[in-house]
Amino acid sequence: MTTPASVSTVDLAARFPGIVSADSRPGYSGWIINADKLIEVATAIRDEFGYDLLSSVTGVDYPADGKMEVVYHAFKTTGGSIFVFKVQMPRDDPVVSSLVPVWKGAELQEREAWDLLGIKFTNHPDLRRILMWEGFEGHPLRKDWKEPFYEEELKPFKSRWPDGKHTIAEAKNPFRDNVQFPVGFDPEKYTFEDPEQALYTSLRKYQSEDKDGIKTDHILVNMGPQHPSTHGVFRAVVMLDGEDIVSLKPVMGYLHRNHEKIGERNTFLQNMPYTDRLDYFNSMSNNFGYALAVEKLMGIQVAERADYIRVIMAELTRIQNHLIWAGMMLNDLGAMYTPALYAFEERELILDIFEATAGSRMMCNYFRFGGVARDMTEDALRKTRELVHDRLPGKVDEMDRLLTDNEVLVSRLKGMGYLSAEDAINTSMTGPMLRASGVPYDIRRADPYSVYDRFEFDVVSRPEGDMYARYLVRIEEMRQSLKILEQALKQIPAGPILSGKPQYQVKIQPGEAYGRVEAPKGELGYYIVSNGKPNPYRYHVRAPSFINLTSLEMLCVGEKIADFVAILGAVDIVLGELDR
Amino acid sequence: MYGKGLLKGLGVTFVRFFNTYWEDLTWMWRRVTTGEKRYHSAEGIAHRSSKNTRGIFTVQYPEEKLPVPEEFRYIPFLVYDEGADGAKEIRCTSCGICSKVCPPQCIWIVRGTDPSTGRPKPQPAEFYIDADICMNCGFCAEYCPFDAIKMDHDYELASYTRTLLPMEKLMKPASYYAEIRPLNAAREDEARKAKEAAKAAKAEAAAA
Repeated sequence: MTTPASVSTVDLAARFPGIVSADSRPGYSGWIINADKLIEVATAIRDEFGYDLLSSVTGVDYPADGKMEVVYHAFKTTGGSIFVFKVQMPRDDPVVSSLVPVWKGAELQEREAWDLLGIKFTNHPDLRRILMWEGFEGHPLRKDWKEPFYEEELKPFKSRWPDGKHTIAEAKNPFRDNVQFPVGFDPEKYTFEDPEQALYTSLRKYQSEDKDGIKTDHILVNMGPQHPSTHGVFRAVVMLDGEDIVSLKPVMGYLHRNHEKIGERNTFLQNMPYTDRLDYFNSMSNNFGYALAVEKLMGIQVAERADYIRVIMAELTRIQNHLIWAGMMLNDLGAMYTPALYAFEERELILDIFEATAGSRMMCNYFRFGGVARDMTEDALRKTRELVHDRLPGKVDEMDRLLTDNEVLVSRLKGMGYLSAEDAINTSMTGPMLRASGVPYDIRRADPYSVYDRFEFDVVSRPEGDMYARYLVRIEEMRQSLKILEQALKQIPAGPILSGKPQYQVKIQPGEAYGRVEAPKGELGYYIVSNGKPNPYRYHVRAPSFINLTSLEMLCVGEKIADFVAILGAVDIVLGELDR
Repeated sequence: MYGKGLLKGLGVTFVRFFNTYWEDLTWMWRRVTTGEKRYHSAEGIAHRSSKNTRGIFTVQYPEEKLPVPEEFRYIPFLVYDEGADGAKEIRCTSCGICSKVCPPQCIWIVRGTDPSTGRPKPQPAEFYIDADICMNCGFCAEYCPFDAIKMDHDYELASYTRTLLPMEKLMKPASYYAEIRPLNAAREDEARKAKEAAKAAKAEAAAA
């Protein structure tokens, strides 16, 4: 828990002398690879050293050194700790070869790094902006980029105290709105270019012209962003041959607010409530991952009772997430509301516990560095025990009885949206998506954090790799969560809930840390770089909803358009996290 | 047999359907015998949010309202103690910790100055909370060293315009705080008294 992200026993520098060197900056770890040899070394990391799951790809901007850095985090699906490797490039021309040929999972993440940091990836199959719109000026995560309501580099702002006359942010902007135009922009000379052109062109390559002597054309359909099945404002551009999906591109960013830029303006503690708003169904898990990452940087222990409370909260949140997922999945299949509302009942009872403990139902903001905000009262513990022992097992069984054998459900899910184990690993799937493809990889077991090593539970996995397997995995996972909860509630010790004193300004050494948890939707990782100041220098969220969509096209090609809705539902996305 | 799973599922929905009416009937009997009501009553709402709930689950807001737990937090308010002659003794010393810790930076404080000396005095001259920006995280209340700012329970703040809360609207008496958060208030009062006693003892020791 507090051990820094260790450089594993692999000695990459000895394997690639002159190409790879150890990262020797204080607080940093991992290997720095020559940019022009990246593909070669990455292939060796995957094939020779066995780090087959590329978890996270992100960039860091170091204007003081004139450098731009791409940071890769890889893991073994057989378990074990992190493997970090990096590439450094000059800041004025950051170009690196894309890792998509080695790991398909890098595709969306490299697009994100291009979009937000302006790092060019050569040989990337489709390097377009992803969160911002085409035609957006600048790369927002660069340190010299400023937002329209820019006030100061870092919070807390000086204008709030001691002479804090209230102003409205819009008043500072001449447009009285959240807009900003590039320097020298002249609306008279502006020519409109269809920003969607690049997107449609990237799909056009699948267009067929001649079929059985008849000239045919594919149909391009925009699903979303205003579509009830897309769980928010997600959009997929689908190329159809009749009813069959030929190709598909996810389009996202409609809910983008640049969580990471906000995070870099915030102090470490101020970020905690913002993480609630990522995956707003599971704010407890979000808090958990962030707290782990910062605790790694601080090098502090977590109070034991707090660790148990964290596990209880994380598992409760997993149960309600999976219940809602099952309900919403059935909504997507057309069984409107009955399973969803059954699920909401149990969720409501779980949220009551969150409300009584954390003070809020969804935006819990409950974790602190070294513990949790306040103790779980006896009353809340009693309620949790009652739910875990008397109610939830029966309700999970009821959901099981209601749905699992249902012939309509089975015929719609079985064999649909197939993803093989190799593809799942290659596209960086995590969570239930990966486990349903026959890879029993659960971070709680593979790289235990908090007190998960003290509990008896099974890692649920199914070999089929279809949507039905994804459904079964989640139902069984709820049972395993209940098992963990029973043990945690039995073992929870008395004692303090915070290892240190409550403090709003934490002292953090320069360095980097990657904290990750098994969130209900997959691996939720936080990559944080500190330069010793009260605010994080770089703050990156590895969002499972986002990265799990890398395989969306793979899942959908060959299926019918009507099944796209179900396939997307089975991935389990939340737009707050997807768009960040 | 094809369709067995469907029937099994329908069985679940039928039990739920049946329970809804059975539950209402049993409560009808309870109403006759003990006078307890399932709807529009505290015991009914408590039952509907307990582990034994079945049948109709929803609470008919705004006619019925779920009781909020003590820790529930909404937009903050400023606590004042009531002086002997009804004077409002605000606890805030305008130290600015709340405005520094506030994640969306929605707290504006003007530090008070003594008009005779021109020096800062431990009292805010102006205090604003922009309720539209506040994210109800509760950090201000958590880190205030003087128990001066606390989270409210009043969540019905919908309005047609932007809601900027100035000091007059933010101030609420300590008795109100003790009413919505009895356990917290009692604990904090005790801690404050112990602190004052220790301070007094120290001063006495220094004097002697």
